[in-house]
Amino acid sequence: MLQRCEACGAFAYPAREACPACLSAGLAFVDAPRRGALLAETTARVPSDVYFRERAPWRIGLVKMDCGPTMVAHLHADCVEGAPVLMSFQLDKSGQAVAFARPEGETPNMADDRQWREMTADPKFRRVLVTNGRSVIGQEAVAALKAAGAKTVFVGVAEPWRPFGGEQLLRGQQGIEVVTLDASDEKSATDLAADIGGKVDILVNTTEYVRPGGLLDRRGTSTARDEIDQAYLGFINLAQAFGPAMRMRGADGTNSSAAWVNILSVYALANWPAFGAYSASQAACLSLSHCLRAELRPGGVKVMNLFTGPVDTEWFQTVPPPKVAPRAVAQAIVSGLRGGLEEMYVGDVAEEIRQRLAANPKALERELDK
Amino acid sequence: MQGKNLLELAGAISSGAVRVVDLTFTLSPDFPVIVLPPEFGQAAPVRIQEISRYDGRGPAWYWNNLTFGEHTGTHFDAPIHWFTGKDLPNNSVDTMPPKDMIAPACVIDGSAGAAQDPDFLLTVPLVEAWEAKHGRIPERHWVLLRTDWSKKGWRDYANLRDDGAHTPGPNAAVMKWLVEERGIIGFGTETIGTDAGQAGHFEPPYPAHHFLHGAGRYGLQCLCNLDQLPATGAIIVASPLKIQNGSGSPLRVIALVGAS
Repeated sequence: MLQRCEACGAFAYPAREACPACLSAGLAFVDAPRRGALLAETTARVPSDVYFRERAPWRIGLVKMDCGPTMVAHLHADCVEGAPVLMSFQLDKSGQAVAFARPEGETPNMADDRQWREMTADPKFRRVLVTNGRSVIGQEAVAALKAAGAKTVFVGVAEPWRPFGGEQLLRGQQGIEVVTLDASDEKSATDLAADIGGKVDILVNTTEYVRPGGLLDRRGTSTARDEIDQAYLGFINLAQAFGPAMRMRGADGTNSSAAWVNILSVYALANWPAFGAYSASQAACLSLSHCLRAELRPGGVKVMNLFTGPVDTEWFQTVPPPKVAPRAVAQAIVSGLRGGLEEMYVGDVAEEIRQRLAANPKALERELDK
Repeated sequence: MQGKNLLELAGAISSGAVRVVDLTFTLSPDFPVIVLPPEFGQAAPVRIQEISRYDGRGPAWYWNNLTFGEHTGTHFDAPIHWFTGKDLPNNSVDTMPPKDMIAPACVIDGSAGAAQDPDFLLTVPLVEAWEAKHGRIPERHWVLLRTDWSKKGWRDYANLRDDGAHTPGPNAAVMKWLVEERGIIGFGTETIGTDAGQAGHFEPPYPAHHFLHGAGRYGLQCLCNLDQLPATGAIIVASPLKIQNGSGSPLRVIALVGAS
């Protein structure tokens, strides 16, 4: 996104108060064409900043955008002076958006570029913990992460004495390690972190506890308590068990920790009374995720929230389509990590809620109550 | 009984002449709990959360907060647990007579049958065969069904399959007979539940619960070390937590075994 003059159409960068071409004050941020050309490149061999000094040499360059402005950008190793590049804003390790230039076309092993990997959390070569392998989303996530080149996928299974559907897809597979983890149990999370906490590069929190009902159609707090135990306290247990080591390992050479992924209901943003108490538990987790993001940031570890509408699973059986396929959630996890994103909306329902919330929150509240 | 005899008992316990056998599993989050269809309410699992451990949260002391359902770990079932016992007097763990907490036990060994068939059922003929050897089961005695189920790993212990749990227990006829013809004080098992894993399909469903609690009797489950008890003569001490209107409770079950 760049500023574009609403009067003359010129793009402006860096951000300004008035259009440099016509002095109009109407400069709105819009999606800008991403193509440009690399004017000049240089390699910083002894950067003054400690972070970059550890990673030197570091290539940066000047890119002349096709839409006008010239920008300083981090460079993919395959960018060549004079050649066209594709620009994007990436979140660096400190959470700042920075310009990054990649070659326009595909190059061999393009995603493996050292500087690109610093800006993203690509699961390739990394060790991932999927916290709940009992759920369909968990199992799809394991498959997708493995297919994306994850070195090891640890899969948490609570109450291992209880068989579950899809178990044979996880046990005895190359590169997949089934571990005992009940996120809602403090000791279970701590015990597992003692074993593997030092080698979890990416944690994918696939806790899933969906129950229908709001306040008046339920009796007592047992179900609400389960929702809180599983989703909210489970999140806290995982964060306290795995978070500190992940934050410490944010710059641990090439095997550093990189990201934490939460799968949240989009109704964390706006309560859906049919699943009202569940929505509230998700809202609590959303708030917690912002806290976690701030606390992991000093270590350079990203927190990605993935918002979904109703997923095509048992507990949403009574909900009419459209529903999100668990596989789509799993693929979104991988693509989000590859892009180094902080937020993703998966499926039409989630995207629609996002837009309607931005446009008119009160209207959305009224509509969700049908 | 003379106070002197009680002192003799205490001395025998202290000297080891009377053995004290612990029939209890450690209460822990790892221990399997009853699994109901997910649309029903579920027992809260056992959770142990540290309040402090000689640290900033409490420099000199260690203690925990506990949460668990009434029917977790080695536990006791009171008559109020089942609909058949809901209107009986003194039917909950806080109102039951304390004298019922200490009673002798008859231990029936079903381990051979259970080893061959996870759905092994205790029947009237099997109990009659036991009586032929050890004598008639006296009134107000516990009947404990030994299956060696407690020696299994958790997965085999719960033994859940697509159609539910497959674990041994009593059939309907023997429960009715033990309660009505023998007047037992309660029935105890090594498995999760006094009833067999498939007892939901029996007539009536869950006959151990149905007949025991309907007659004001008690249940004990998730017991271990039953193989260390004699067929007759052991005294069971089973005193549940005094939970207000409680339907049951995890508890420490011990057996006193005299010299043979």
